[in-house]
Amino acid sequence: MILEMNNIEKHFGELEVLKDISFGVDSGEVISIIGPSGSGKSTLLRCATFLETIDGGEIIYMGEKAAHTDENGNAVYVPHQEMRKFRRYCGLVFQQFNLFPHYSILKNITDAPIHVQHVSQEEAEANAMELLGKMGIADKANAYPYQLSGGQQQRVAIARALAMKPEILFFDEPTSALDPELTGEVLKVIRQLAEEKMTMVVVTHEMPFAKAVSNRVLFMDGGVIVEQGDPRDVFDNPQEERTKQFLRVFER
Amino acid sequence: MKTLLIFILTLIGSLPLGMIVALLRKSRFAPVRGFISGYISIMRGTPLMLQLLVWYFGPYYLFGLNIGNWRFPALIIGFVLNYAAYFAEIYRGGIESIPVGQYEAAEVLGYTKTQTFMKIILPQVIKIIMPSVTNEVITLVKDTSLAFTLAYQEVFSLSKQISASQTSFMPFVIAGVFYFVANYIVEIIMKRVEKSMDYYK
Repeated sequence: MILEMNNIEKHFGELEVLKDISFGVDSGEVISIIGPSGSGKSTLLRCATFLETIDGGEIIYMGEKAAHTDENGNAVYVPHQEMRKFRRYCGLVFQQFNLFPHYSILKNITDAPIHVQHVSQEEAEANAMELLGKMGIADKANAYPYQLSGGQQQRVAIARALAMKPEILFFDEPTSALDPELTGEVLKVIRQLAEEKMTMVVVTHEMPFAKAVSNRVLFMDGGVIVEQGDPRDVFDNPQEERTKQFLRVFER
Repeated sequence: MKTLLIFILTLIGSLPLGMIVALLRKSRFAPVRGFISGYISIMRGTPLMLQLLVWYFGPYYLFGLNIGNWRFPALIIGFVLNYAAYFAEIYRGGIESIPVGQYEAAEVLGYTKTQTFMKIILPQVIKIIMPSVTNEVITLVKDTSLAFTLAYQEVFSLSKQISASQTSFMPFVIAGVFYFVANYIVEIIMKRVEKSMDYYK
């Protein structure tokens, strides 16, 4: 298991966003999380990548506990220094790309490996060029983010995340800010990563993509996992009424 | 020369101090936040001329202290503290305009808080606030004339004296040209600086 999230609880004030959520991700697995807005999908991803703290439950990466619930029922994280190790396990690709506008494409990808992981500049740049080649945008290495299309920017963001060599890569609606044409080129890259057995969790509204690429689909609603399983079962033969109702919208 | 000295010392003091003030304003400790916002209110809410007089006469009238050569230090303290408050507000606006996604991207990539601020946030803030800083610097050039309130010999007080002794209007015209030329140079320099950051949007 790369990641296990057990009995995760999260609330914002009075609002319960995640209610006793448990799921695990095996090495090489591609999991799609689908569901309506406000169902807690993004929050779950943000908890897994430590952008949000959980209020209960446990987060285990590579068999090591990053957070657990103590006897008083409070979520406890490992000390700050140890946290850095857990952050290295996971990467995140945002809906809005969040590239650094003042850095060239190459520097966007190499800066963190050089200054966080202390990789040599030559090695970081060689690795970045290889990743850009894979993303089909090697010619953009010296451009700045504003000069790129949304689809190209998102591919840079994927390269930036991959440059940190994470064990698992999370995508938070990676194509929601893109038009259909650009969506295609980003999905192609994710599909290619899936073929290379990159472990990934993708929150998405692209149902055909989720069906074609993922090994497992989680349908979330109201802060719980309503249904999960093989994509063919969940999409073609959903068991829960709520799942059927949600998927019907996409058939039209 | 003395005008230039006031100008330069004020910038050297207030540009960094403003950043410290801006960061303290977001402090976790409520008393610190309260103190800083009180300080900014007073600095912006009272005339600079009055502040200069308080710094100059304050030590004597409030504490009975008689400090030698206090005129110039009082002037610089007054200018630096006043301008730091204005710069702090400009910095704050700049810092708050950086999308939260920039912080999150940096956090996920494992940057420390210091790295995030110095490498990711600050360079973008500097670009955003440049036009407002230019404004403030131009105001400062003109505000140096307030040093005359402490009878400090800078361009304006000098021209006033000469004008009075020679009963001529000319010294004022020359002072006006001096301020204008000084600000014209400031404008040219700041335009260059802004242009040097034009490589990204």
